[in-house]
Amino acid sequence: MKDFIIPKDRDMGTPAKAGASVTLEIDGVAVTVPEGTSVLRAAAEAGISIPKLCASDNLEAFGSCRLCVVEIEGRRGTPASCTTPVTPGMVVHTGSSKVGKIRRGVMELYISDHPLDCLTCSANGDCELQDMAGAVGLRDVRYDAPEKGVMVNHFEARNTSGEANPEWLPKDDSNPYFSYDPSKCIVCNRCVRACEEVQGTFALTIQGRGFDSRVSAGNAGDDFLASDCVSCGACVQTCPTATLQEKSIIELGTPDRSVITTCAYCGVGCSFKAEMNGDTLVRMTPYKHGKANHGHSCVKGRFAYGYAHHKDRILKPMIRERIDQPWREVDWDEALRFAATRMRGLQEKYGKKSIGVITSSRCTNEETYLVQKLARAVFGNNNTDTCARVCHSPTGYGLGQTFGTSAGTQDFDSVEHTDVVVVIGANPTDGHPVFASRLKKRLREGAKLIVVDPRRIDLVKSAHVAASHHLPLRPGTNVAVVSALAHVIVTEGLMDQDFIRERCDWDEFQHYADFISNPRHSPEATALLTGVDPAALRAAARLFATGGNGSIYYGLGVTEHSQGSTTVMGIANLAMLTGNMGRPGVGVNPLRGQNNVQGACDMGSFPHELPGYRHVKGPEVRKVFEEAWGVQIDAEPGLRIPNMLDAAVDGTFKGLYCQGEDILQSDPDTKHVAAGLAAMDCVIVHDLFLNETANYAHVFLPGSTFLEKDGTFTNAERRINRVRKVIPPLNGYADWEITQMLANAMGAGWTYAHPARIMEEIAATTPSFAGVDYALLEEKGSVQWPCNESHPEGTPLMHVDGFMRGKGRFIFTEYVATDEKTGPRFPLLLTTGRILSQYNVGAQTRRTDNVIWHEEDLLEIHPHDAEMRGLKEGDWVRLASRAGETTLRAKLTDRVSPGVVYTTFHHPDTQANVITTDYSDWATNCPEYKVTAVQVSLSNGPSDWQEDYAAQAAQARRILPAAE
Amino acid sequence: MSPEKMVHMANQIATFFKTQPGTDQANRVAAHLTDYWEPRMLAQLRGYVATGGKGLDDIVVKAAGLIS
Repeated sequence: MKDFIIPKDRDMGTPAKAGASVTLEIDGVAVTVPEGTSVLRAAAEAGISIPKLCASDNLEAFGSCRLCVVEIEGRRGTPASCTTPVTPGMVVHTGSSKVGKIRRGVMELYISDHPLDCLTCSANGDCELQDMAGAVGLRDVRYDAPEKGVMVNHFEARNTSGEANPEWLPKDDSNPYFSYDPSKCIVCNRCVRACEEVQGTFALTIQGRGFDSRVSAGNAGDDFLASDCVSCGACVQTCPTATLQEKSIIELGTPDRSVITTCAYCGVGCSFKAEMNGDTLVRMTPYKHGKANHGHSCVKGRFAYGYAHHKDRILKPMIRERIDQPWREVDWDEALRFAATRMRGLQEKYGKKSIGVITSSRCTNEETYLVQKLARAVFGNNNTDTCARVCHSPTGYGLGQTFGTSAGTQDFDSVEHTDVVVVIGANPTDGHPVFASRLKKRLREGAKLIVVDPRRIDLVKSAHVAASHHLPLRPGTNVAVVSALAHVIVTEGLMDQDFIRERCDWDEFQHYADFISNPRHSPEATALLTGVDPAALRAAARLFATGGNGSIYYGLGVTEHSQGSTTVMGIANLAMLTGNMGRPGVGVNPLRGQNNVQGACDMGSFPHELPGYRHVKGPEVRKVFEEAWGVQIDAEPGLRIPNMLDAAVDGTFKGLYCQGEDILQSDPDTKHVAAGLAAMDCVIVHDLFLNETANYAHVFLPGSTFLEKDGTFTNAERRINRVRKVIPPLNGYADWEITQMLANAMGAGWTYAHPARIMEEIAATTPSFAGVDYALLEEKGSVQWPCNESHPEGTPLMHVDGFMRGKGRFIFTEYVATDEKTGPRFPLLLTTGRILSQYNVGAQTRRTDNVIWHEEDLLEIHPHDAEMRGLKEGDWVRLASRAGETTLRAKLTDRVSPGVVYTTFHHPDTQANVITTDYSDWATNCPEYKVTAVQVSLSNGPSDWQEDYAAQAAQARRILPAAE
Repeated sequence: MSPEKMVHMANQIATFFKTQPGTDQANRVAAHLTDYWEPRMLAQLRGYVATGGKGLDDIVVKAAGLIS
């Protein structure tokens, strides 16, 4: 192994175990390890490296390579140390001449069927086969071709006579990110096991037997791309040779150092090693000590980082007087002066509250903190919001009301202890893939699964995983289903009365029990609305209430509704009713969409609350910040994103600083967003690319990627992870520096020299972060808030002894139908979601090879609905709602029920949000993306809106050549 | 904001609080509005109530009166 590997990254051979201590002796060294540990791992714990090829500490022992054989006193033969568990008093010899000879014999056989092109091999220097040949002292390979015969092998394309070798298979380069070279395979099975055990996809297998054994993706005739492979990279990572190899390594060579950082895609927040060669990033590999991902990754974090160097990236600031003009590249000073003068001018003309900010859930905590501080301390108003408005704001409201804090209650490790999982309105295998792998592992171990989703998501039935119950509800009826589940639990007496008495407000519960017991909430009464089979719903409720540790994981299919907040409260009710709170394996777990949604909310991005979820109306909270910042803080809430756009159309909101978010593509009712943006006099877009919002911007400030700055992200389990700079910002500045420069151009006088200083200010002002600092993160790797005097090492599980607010509150959850109703004009319901390979608006993933998996958004429609409309697979169809219309291609599938259609929103030319309406959650204004009444019909091509939009975008993206 | 949209949003809030137990629904709607609505939205609501409040839920009308 090369020395770029961090010492504690050493592969221990087999997985860690927990249990009673067992002491044994290995090579004269006494070792104490938990019961069930393998001899191989016990030796590794003692610092003794037993040669191995088929073993890896993220996979169960397999015992196929026979390289790790040892001698154990009192036992016959030479057992494989990977499959032999320790016993008390065992005496092991790992280096006897007998085992040495066996190992050399094994290696000789391996090498006899392996090409000796080590010097030019892409794994040179990072090849376990090479390392083991050295470790066992292999000096000679004695196998020769028989006289007048040929030596049959897998690695020579042609024999010396030029005849094709039938055993040789060509390289499979179909995957854009890695190659499969069968000629270098030693059939150790690690890739197959990683695909099964770690990823849970079962795309790989070993085909054939004996000498014919080959790694195979999918069925005969499939290549990697055509197979079920999801390109998570687990097989590539575990491959001990160059058989499965990243193409970046083939092209650029092996790395010479690595930096630990955090993925900037979804809310799982995987830790990665950014592996560098000089200042070139050659590979991202999941970090095995990352506490969210434990060494696993998905195709986005592992491979889709090429956007950082994409040609579309804008690296120079640009300005323009009006949005019908082309952009003009200017230096930073001019851009900032222009922006500051305009923003101040607007405030003078239209009042202090005429401008605002949108913080980014993609940027770091420190950056977000500064952007909201810019609004509060420099603009002098509370006009700050973040994209959590359009995803998880109902989680904030709902969990705040019931439990007293706006966050998931568990860590991801909790899933390993769960017995019954309810997944509501989430599609983890696409949206949160690394969590999905961990969930699937637990399901394969026997945990039960209940899926509540209008669509048959992959979890409902996939390799070795099947939901016990799938409740395919009609979009918009979440509250009715969640209330019906509670109705069954209460009326059948399945609740945990002790928990409720001790932890919740008992009087409130009594009222709630009366309310929910009413027959109108029964599964039978609500079936007509929800479309869910009452018997299945009752069975699901009984399973959740009685099946052991019950956990609920939910996503945007819960929140993005008119009753989003009510459903969140209903979910909290279910957890409290069944006592599933405050221990591993249970809890309420919002799956956050973006890498730092949690952090953006924590940092006070919302217009009504200061950092730490404290309402601006509280004088004592304002005082903390007034003293820290030396300003007066407005005591009234500011505008939320949709309100900003409304106010812009009304003419009272004129200027916006939008960091790292593309509201024009991601927010609902595109036409209204466009009208709002067009009505503003100063739109500052701070982003990597000229995104759709930038079509309406007057100032473009180029942003930096997560590879180019220091800071922290907070994931869905409240875990604060470090983001570390691996390359200098290509645009010249990290995003926190740019916000600081803008603030200073407006007279702020900020002097932060490093994000660590910003975190010090956060810790000093925000009680739940009081104990967080960069030194602690350096030491612990990560920490989960609250982290303060009473929880100096952070808080993996919340509400352990009592709820944050004291007693848990049961809140009535009456189903109210959304006003978005189907009718003769719009008879179908559209719901939206994400796909594995693309990420949200796609600004990043569309600029990587991930497009090979999803190059356009498709409309999923049930074959019955398609037939009624004369639609065939792949037809261009017109999708229309009362808000607008667009066109895209149809995909016929029974994943969606009749009456429901589904699409993704990754591509700007599809414009799925032209269709979505301005209806929103009653409490938070979170848009109702998940329910839109639509009609679908055959189409000839792009809608007028799409054509006009494309023309406007092309016009708005012109950049004048730089004046020399 | 269009009056229709404001009426819709305000009525949604009232609809939720009307389903809750107790007798102080108007107070709770008022508290929710002051906690989450920006002053110019509240001003628009009060102005709309003053000119008849067409389409608004009674609870919203009552709540608007409670907002200073």
